[in-house]
Amino acid sequence: MKFGVIVFPGSNCDHDAYHVVSKHVGQPVDFIWHKQTDLSDYDAVIVPGGFSYGDYLRAGALAKFSPVMNAVKDFAARGNYVFGVCNGFQILCEAGLLPGALMRNSNLHFICQHVNIRVENGAMPYTSELEAGEVLSIPIAHAEGNYFCDDQTLAELENNNQIIFRYCDENGEIVDRANPNGSRSNIAGISNKEGNVLGMMPHPERACEELLGSNDGRDIFRSLTKAIAEK
Amino acid sequence: MKAKVYVTLKPSVLDPQGKAIQHSVELLGFEKIEDVRQGKFFEIALDANLSETDARDAAENIAKNVLANPVIEDYKVEIVS
Repeated sequence: MKFGVIVFPGSNCDHDAYHVVSKHVGQPVDFIWHKQTDLSDYDAVIVPGGFSYGDYLRAGALAKFSPVMNAVKDFAARGNYVFGVCNGFQILCEAGLLPGALMRNSNLHFICQHVNIRVENGAMPYTSELEAGEVLSIPIAHAEGNYFCDDQTLAELENNNQIIFRYCDENGEIVDRANPNGSRSNIAGISNKEGNVLGMMPHPERACEELLGSNDGRDIFRSLTKAIAEK
Repeated sequence: MKAKVYVTLKPSVLDPQGKAIQHSVELLGFEKIEDVRQGKFFEIALDANLSETDARDAAENIAKNVLANPVIEDYKVEIVS
């Protein structure tokens, strides 16, 4: 089993993701420079957070033209796991691997804080070690995390159980005041229809050690590792 | 030859930046402002030998695939010779 962490110019959570995979998941992992076009060595690819291309034009808009992204699309189309966090989620939406778009936070602020998210679907490759309804404390750090999609897309996401995480309060209630950024339907993370591509704004790789305030992120990586092992 | 491309949020999409700008403008004392929407403007210099149709096709393509995100934005292209 081998993980890859893509590095764009401006990625800054690549080392965190690498650290979690090597230390907490205990699996081999490589950095993949964005000019690489061969992903055949890997079982899962992480598109990390950061500010690829300085967020020029729109967050994630320029990264989708990096050479590695065609390889990522093929990799995903073959059913392999692609996991986008924060800027990685933005990139996957811009590249059309996930529906919708991430817009400026409704309060216009860059928000950096721990939030509660509820596991909406506990039976997919990234959540098998979690229970539906479980509340995780995971930090967010973004200015463009306001998930938007049209009504039809939202209905499809709901019908196909593609909404994986929603912002919630400490009791797991999905309420407006627990929505940090104005996301439609409190959406914090979604998958594609097949479930092999996941994008989320909160940073599970920053929540894998008690010392950092929470280790709730570990089970997401553990689930993914289990899914790869069982494939 | 130049292409001017205007990218604006779709009318159905909320624009919190526009709202903040509107608020600031109102603080300046301007009244009767009903709405402010923020957008982006691009000026693309194109080969002078292109026909207007080809220039428009090129600019439309650039706008659709790069400058605008069709999920949230509309665009308008003008060709200026």
